[in-house]
Amino acid sequence: MVSVAIFDYGAGNIFSLKNSLEKVGATVDVITNFDDTNTYSGLLLPGVGNFDPAMNSIRDFSKIQFKEYVGNMPVMGICLGMEMFFEKSEEGKEKGLNVIDGEVIILPSSMKVPHMGWNNLEIKKPGKILEGVENDSWVYFVHSYRVKPESNDVITAESDYGIKVPAVVEQDNFYGTQFHPEKSSTVGKIMLENFLKECKK
Amino acid sequence: MTLTKRIIPCLDVKNGRVVKGLNFESIKDAGDPVELAEKYSNEGADELVFLDITASDEQRKTIKDLVRNVASVIDIPFTVGGGVKSLEDARNILLNGADKVGINTGAIKNPKVITELMELFGRQCVVVAIDAKRNYNVDDSKNVFTENDKQFWFEVFIYGGKEGTGIDVIQWVKDAEKLGAGEILLTSIDKDGTKDGYDILLTKNVVDSVSIPVIASGGCGKPDDMIDVFKESNVDAALAASIFHYETHGVQGVKSYLKDNKIPVRL
Repeated sequence: MVSVAIFDYGAGNIFSLKNSLEKVGATVDVITNFDDTNTYSGLLLPGVGNFDPAMNSIRDFSKIQFKEYVGNMPVMGICLGMEMFFEKSEEGKEKGLNVIDGEVIILPSSMKVPHMGWNNLEIKKPGKILEGVENDSWVYFVHSYRVKPESNDVITAESDYGIKVPAVVEQDNFYGTQFHPEKSSTVGKIMLENFLKECKK
Repeated sequence: MTLTKRIIPCLDVKNGRVVKGLNFESIKDAGDPVELAEKYSNEGADELVFLDITASDEQRKTIKDLVRNVASVIDIPFTVGGGVKSLEDARNILLNGADKVGINTGAIKNPKVITELMELFGRQCVVVAIDAKRNYNVDDSKNVFTENDKQFWFEVFIYGGKEGTGIDVIQWVKDAEKLGAGEILLTSIDKDGTKDGYDILLTKNVVDSVSIPVIASGGCGKPDDMIDVFKESNVDAALAASIFHYETHGVQGVKSYLKDNKIPVRL
């Protein structure tokens, strides 16, 4: 049994993510600050909410800082959670967590925004989250912003929405998906299992 | 590849059971919502929509139970609407496991709730549902259309299609987008329950008025109706109820047929 925590910014559906993780064998706690001693093997930043309120809830409600709390523990950021890994976002004014170099920018106005629905993954290179995931797999996106990492090396998969949208990023112990694995049927389940495998290490 | 067209079974729920009416009336029992949700999800539905039409003080509790039970069995996105008037109603839906909240009458009565929802939960959670009906009393302030030599405009109806508002659908979708809607769920009252095909004129004009995704609803009786609405408009998703409820066509069958007809779908 692997024990992970979901950080709840207080504004969205984390029930589905919790439920999906439990189905693949995790024990899941929902936390709203980093004040208690970290006894978890992994942390998830869920994908619902708005950049500034979510960043504020991570920063303001805890005595200790995010980076200090997580250390080398695997962290999975989903959608907004992945966007928060970066330095800043056009969605808000607050600084991001700044664990991956780059920024978050709005999707081009030539396309419908939000990018909402099932799109394929174009796998660029092997990654831990993508183990066992086939190229062209369908995953569910709902987002208005995309990440723009300083180095393309962190991108392991993209999706085509008029432009190439980074879909999966990995750097050190940080794993991000722009889509929602908890809403991406069996393919999403594989990725959550992969993340839990990293947590067990 | 690119983004696929979404096929969305809709479940109208009353007192915990799935029902489906013709032109918003004559309700028939069509099954257990959680069982149907699981079945559709396994068959490859892209998303689900639940509209709770229970009108009672108990509604918030019944919705909470429904959302929790559905969220426990499926791993695709779903929207829940029906009687949403306030942030608290929306929170009750979203925090119990739904991905999006549909707001209809509540948005007309209090448009700023759209903005409040968007600021708190993000635009993608906010589905503005609109029930549209032709009104043949035309005046200059409305977006007027002509069909079979008759002139009309599309009027927004509320309270489950019972009450006209005098509001022009084309204007309302633009306002809703500006206020913070992330998606439009567009139902044609004229077509709903007829199995006569989607309201292509309405759908096309709404899609062309906004830059957020639009779901077409009302009138689907066969897979060809979906092909028509996807080919004749740039709509993002097609919602249907009866063709899935009564096993005339399974979700998988419908999607295969769409794919054979060059509509991009997830299979």
